[in-house]
Amino acid sequence: MQWESVIGLEIHVQLATKSKIFSGAPTAFGAEPNRQACPIDLGLPGVLPVLNEEAVRMAVKFGLAIGAEIHPYSVFDRKNYFYPDLPKGYQISQFAQPIVGRGSLQVHVAGEPSLTVGITRAHLEEDAGKSIHDAYAGLTGIDLNRTGTPLLEVVSEPDLRTPAQAAAYFRQLHSLVRYLKICDGNLAEGSMRCDANISIRPAGDTELGVRAEIKNINSFRFVELALTYEIERQIELVESGGQVDRDTRLYDAERNETRSMRSKELSNDYRYFPDPDLLPVQIDGAFISAVADELPELPEARYARYVETMALSEYDAAWLTQDPDTAEYFEAAAELAGNAKTAANWVMGELSAALNRAELGIADCPLPAASLGKLLQRIEDGTVSGKIAKSLFETLWQSGGDVDAIIESEGLRQVTDTSTIAPIIDEILAANPDQVAQYKAGKEKVFGFFVGQVMKASKGKANPQQVNELLKARLAD
Amino acid sequence: MDSNASLSELIRGLQAAEFSSVELTRDYLQRISRANGDLNAFITVCEESALAQAERADQKRAAGAGTALCGIPMAYKDIFCTKGEKTTCGSKMLADFVAPYDATAVAHLKSAGVVMLGKTNMDEFAMGSSNENSFFGAVANPWDHDRVAGGSSGGSACAVTAGLAAATLGTDTGGSIRQPAAFCGVSGLKPTYGRISRYGMVAFASSLDQAGIFAASAADIARVLPFIAGVDPKDSTSSDHEDGWLNLHRDQALQPAGSGRIGLPREYFRDLGVTDATLQATCRTLEAAGFTLRDVSLPHVDAAIPCYYIIAGAEASTNLSRYDGVRYGYRCENPQSLEDLYRRSRSEGFGTEVKRRILTGTYALSVGYYDAYYLKAQKIRRLIQQDFLTAFNDVDLILAPTTPDVAFRRGDLLDDPVAMYQQDIYTIPASLAGLPAISIPAGEHQGLPLGVQLIGPHFAESTLLETAAAFQRETDWHRRRPGGTD
Repeated sequence: MQWESVIGLEIHVQLATKSKIFSGAPTAFGAEPNRQACPIDLGLPGVLPVLNEEAVRMAVKFGLAIGAEIHPYSVFDRKNYFYPDLPKGYQISQFAQPIVGRGSLQVHVAGEPSLTVGITRAHLEEDAGKSIHDAYAGLTGIDLNRTGTPLLEVVSEPDLRTPAQAAAYFRQLHSLVRYLKICDGNLAEGSMRCDANISIRPAGDTELGVRAEIKNINSFRFVELALTYEIERQIELVESGGQVDRDTRLYDAERNETRSMRSKELSNDYRYFPDPDLLPVQIDGAFISAVADELPELPEARYARYVETMALSEYDAAWLTQDPDTAEYFEAAAELAGNAKTAANWVMGELSAALNRAELGIADCPLPAASLGKLLQRIEDGTVSGKIAKSLFETLWQSGGDVDAIIESEGLRQVTDTSTIAPIIDEILAANPDQVAQYKAGKEKVFGFFVGQVMKASKGKANPQQVNELLKARLAD
Repeated sequence: MDSNASLSELIRGLQAAEFSSVELTRDYLQRISRANGDLNAFITVCEESALAQAERADQKRAAGAGTALCGIPMAYKDIFCTKGEKTTCGSKMLADFVAPYDATAVAHLKSAGVVMLGKTNMDEFAMGSSNENSFFGAVANPWDHDRVAGGSSGGSACAVTAGLAAATLGTDTGGSIRQPAAFCGVSGLKPTYGRISRYGMVAFASSLDQAGIFAASAADIARVLPFIAGVDPKDSTSSDHEDGWLNLHRDQALQPAGSGRIGLPREYFRDLGVTDATLQATCRTLEAAGFTLRDVSLPHVDAAIPCYYIIAGAEASTNLSRYDGVRYGYRCENPQSLEDLYRRSRSEGFGTEVKRRILTGTYALSVGYYDAYYLKAQKIRRLIQQDFLTAFNDVDLILAPTTPDVAFRRGDLLDDPVAMYQQDIYTIPASLAGLPAISIPAGEHQGLPLGVQLIGPHFAESTLLETAAAFQRETDWHRRRPGGTD
């Protein structure tokens, strides 16, 4: 039988506010355990939450970016359950009335038509702390630094059909929140965490099958791997006469498999009810339009502009627009270079390779976009050759400096003066009479040898075009 | 000085330098040490820090600085967090808990120069109407030690009656200031919900909890209220209602009202029982003082008690989830597992009444019962609010009994929680509607005080206090103390 998988993702986006969603404690990652937990985060008796308006602004920004309705009235609820890293015994979340309503996201998967993924809702909530199981033998440590960090939980419709689509959607959402500057997008530090709901059904069926939920996946690749594994598991199970249980599972990346969590957690009754400590969030049109004014160009629009206005290939446009910092860098370099394609080639080629070698992100790139742009400009105007430019790039990467100053001081200017090149050619031809004879006998491959020798003798500064022309003329004599 | 001196008299005495705050504080501490063994009004007495605060207050006054309350000794219900002093909330769960911060109300009084004598006894987590649910033992009624002081702010009411503090802070969720005020024969104000910050008040039922003041008279209460009222950025539900009247009374004595329209709810006046004579006499006094009386109706108040116990229980059930034995508070011995830690810490740390309310509240919020209980209770709450709004179209204030009877004997209602809950029949409606209400002494029965209650529209504390002051100008019930007037 042909099976179809149906996938929906719930992605927790950690909002990049300076302080927590209901307290003034800082949200920075990596502090000593429990150093960034104030009495409110600790759930001491008598403390009260106060909503951080910045978190609301970021949620609205997200809502506008996915074309969603921003609910003028939304409510914080208490989700009640006991866990040691949940200090109050409840999590403040939004249940019945979330801040962001239905919207959608365009997703591109290579070789497939562009896909519109529905987003059911997005709501604000506070993160829990962390239980640390491996620090003390036989004991569990509690770190409440993360407690109260604002999260935006983005719930998609079950519109995804393949693990590749799911990963692409996750990637696209990652790209969007980075563009909006509402999340640092650092997956390794847990800034975006994904729960995947997955079920299978006979291809063509419209009814949904029983779904399993895979919790807490923190990379694009693992989403794809976990779903691929889970789909195979469900198909095997059903084809061998079994049935899929409504189940919560964890992905084990080391073994590349999903495993069932304790199923009794599923029967939790969270006893949601409106938190009486917080007023309903009321958002008016003025607030929404102020946030709308801050919206940057979104990835989708930038992609279209690169393809249509800059005449880049779809592949290049997708590559360059994925990350907003990369796109900013590229645009700055392209503007100085005066040639988008050259800039795209260099950013995706030399620069990307150098960054990878140094294990750096674009934000930490030692070479400013202006320097690369200037360098590309000097290729475009013929001041240096492409080859010289590559070694100049290395110099700039290693020790920085002004492009023009280095060209002058190192004497890297491309030689375009015939009277300088001609004697070199004569010298080379005179020194290699055998090769000249071979060429004249019809062995044209030798021509490349002459070009190489001339370039070498000019220390790479001769204009290759000119060298070609002059050589051809002299050899024709 | 006179152990029954009113707060207003003490302010005058300090201002005139007739005595110092240190002398005054020493005096109160002595009375506390003599009386507290019998009354059990205090859980914690802060002798050393009180005297140190008094000394600083005297220095401030000597330097010509300080507010009207500078150097006045007060005591706070042990539900208000106090930095460096225990905050037990009357519970074994928090028997050794010391908060790292002051409640906003406490911080305001501290900066006004008020001396904190100690923390007063209360029903555990403010759940109770008799102060018999305290882990630290019941509070005795100063009028008859075999009777209850009322609850949950029993210690705060008792302390004012017995002259152990000039004024005290309490909290009122369904009557926890007004009922003990009535039983102990003092004045007790529950302000409008949101009038005083809840920050640092250990939460019982967040949508109902409200801090308030006990003192001998409405005039005395009016001296304290301006210092603790007002919006608090740490409490989203605190109100930014502007009130020039409050600022005025930071330095100025209250002027009794000369007129007003007072409503008598038919539903209450049909069958007053023991309180009948007191209510009738109160009506006559008010009329003679220039007030007009008229009938009003509060058609939904008979649903108030079940509505209240569902909402308060639901909120309490989750407010008290944080007491899990993990971070602070009581933890059971040798927990065998996480579940064992939770179960035993909470079973051993909470008293019977607290557990009863957590269970009923949890039930009311559970899947399948939420609509039938919690949502329905919220609807009833809105109907009751609407009843009051309608009534206040015709009258300025509403008069009602505070309690159905005088203070009952200790132990009498312990085995009958529903009868205990009926104690709050007159106080709960104003709590559900978030309205300000004051209980003032207005009569007696079998030698025990009886109170009446004035309920006002939102933020009408000025009308409430000025009307109560008018009544207290005409009567001396508020000056009577156990063992004779004055």
